[in-house]
Amino acid sequence: MAKGSSGAGHGQGLLATLGVLLALLVLWEIAVRVLAPPPIILPAPSVIAIELAAAPRYFLRHAGFTLWTTLAGFVLSVVLGVALAVAIVASRWADRLITTVLVVLNSLPKVALAPLFVIWMGTGAEPKIAIAVMLAIFSIVADVALGLRSVDPDAIALARVHQATAWRILWKIRFPNALPALFVGMKVAISFALVGAIVGEFVGGSAGLGYVILVAQGQFDTSRVFAALVVLGMIGTLLFYAVEAAERLALPWHVSQRSQNPGTTPR
Amino acid sequence: MTACVEIRGAGKTYTSKRGPVTALTGVDIEVREGEFLSLLGPSGCGKSTLLRCIAGLDDATQGEIRVRGTVVARPPDRLGMVFQRDVLLDWRSIRDNVLLAAEFQGLSRRDFTARAQALLERFGLGDFAHRHPWELSGGMRQRAAICRALLCEPEILLMDEPFGALDAMTRDDLNLELQRIQQDGKRTVIFVTHSIAEAVYLADRVAVMSTGPGRVVEIFDIDLPRPRPLSIRETPSFSAYVSTIRGLFSRLGIVKD
Repeated sequence: MAKGSSGAGHGQGLLATLGVLLALLVLWEIAVRVLAPPPIILPAPSVIAIELAAAPRYFLRHAGFTLWTTLAGFVLSVVLGVALAVAIVASRWADRLITTVLVVLNSLPKVALAPLFVIWMGTGAEPKIAIAVMLAIFSIVADVALGLRSVDPDAIALARVHQATAWRILWKIRFPNALPALFVGMKVAISFALVGAIVGEFVGGSAGLGYVILVAQGQFDTSRVFAALVVLGMIGTLLFYAVEAAERLALPWHVSQRSQNPGTTPR
Repeated sequence: MTACVEIRGAGKTYTSKRGPVTALTGVDIEVREGEFLSLLGPSGCGKSTLLRCIAGLDDATQGEIRVRGTVVARPPDRLGMVFQRDVLLDWRSIRDNVLLAAEFQGLSRRDFTARAQALLERFGLGDFAHRHPWELSGGMRQRAAICRALLCEPEILLMDEPFGALDAMTRDDLNLELQRIQQDGKRTVIFVTHSIAEAVYLADRVAVMSTGPGRVVEIFDIDLPRPRPLSIRETPSFSAYVSTIRGLFSRLGIVKD
């Protein structure tokens, strides 16, 4: 019942969001028709829709490529990021080494490194995935390391009293304790992975929505640029909500996910 | 009577930025097999430190502590511990929290599920086995923590102000239950508290501790018949113990008359 009510709240929120979006689109359409700017500056939403409908398979193919490099980059940064965070927490040496490298990397504008990756890896999917990982991994490592560290000292004492090995403490206490932080990091990382994939496509290649935008820009095909942006926006939104849905499934116990009124309140 | 826990000249000195701090000094206690010992004192008297040293969580820097003849260098076998906070893990159900004691030691969950359920029933939590900690009250959570400590049949139970955060009525309930499980299992219990009445009610002996530096001042034998009903606290002999100990604290300048 509590779940139902929060679900309804979600549905209402979604409806409100869609309503606002629709209103903005209508306003945009009217503005373009009344003010009639050159189509090269700002096409009307209806023109963008026609552009999308005219070549759905073209957009789908390129969106598929971008989605795949984004997801690959995201998954790799989660796997690598969690492993690095565990190493950071486990050893002071690893902490110094990894943290230094990450801080140096993070202070560089990573977009500036993108051409290097094209030199190293060519123009296929690999450099895009690599750039996505570079952008996304920092938030995963930082958040997970914090989550692994902020464990109740009494919980560790309890584990030690029961002669738990360091590995069991990691698996049974530290790791579940870090899950909420992992999801915070993942929500940031998924957006960064998409940015990384697009940057990679800008720098070199022949597929993906970034490539579509670049080609359309060369031809001053503004409505195609906008069409690609619309698809990109949808992908970004869907990915973010997918992570959020996974969070709700994985952390029903967390304070942020608990229903407002628990079924019974025993004494 | 054999000694279950032997504490000889035990002390603990921390090194801090301002130099060494003595938390505990010159403690000599022999805890007998099956005995209930209360460590009673104000905050800062080192009673929790002493308990952590017995548990092998901290090292005594002076003297030595032996559990069943072996010098404590790491947590001894067959130990159960209850903390002031219940330390239940939010992501595990009550039953899974209780089973954690076995899982930590790498024992099979299946061998302990029946016992876990029996313990929960006994502590009135049978219907809450599949609930999560945040759905339970403070008293129920602390009961679950006691079940977890008892799961692997500990021979020694260490309790660090386990009822300090509970309301008076729940505390009475749990005092009764604790007395019962200690009597049933003939377990050795070392119980840290700052309540004189609780210490006297539960214990066979009360070790009175003082601050600056933390030390044991005197050990009282509590010669009251068992099982002790809660109403024993209104008897003259009970009151005599309480006022003797209070008198000692007042002479030490810890409580004012």
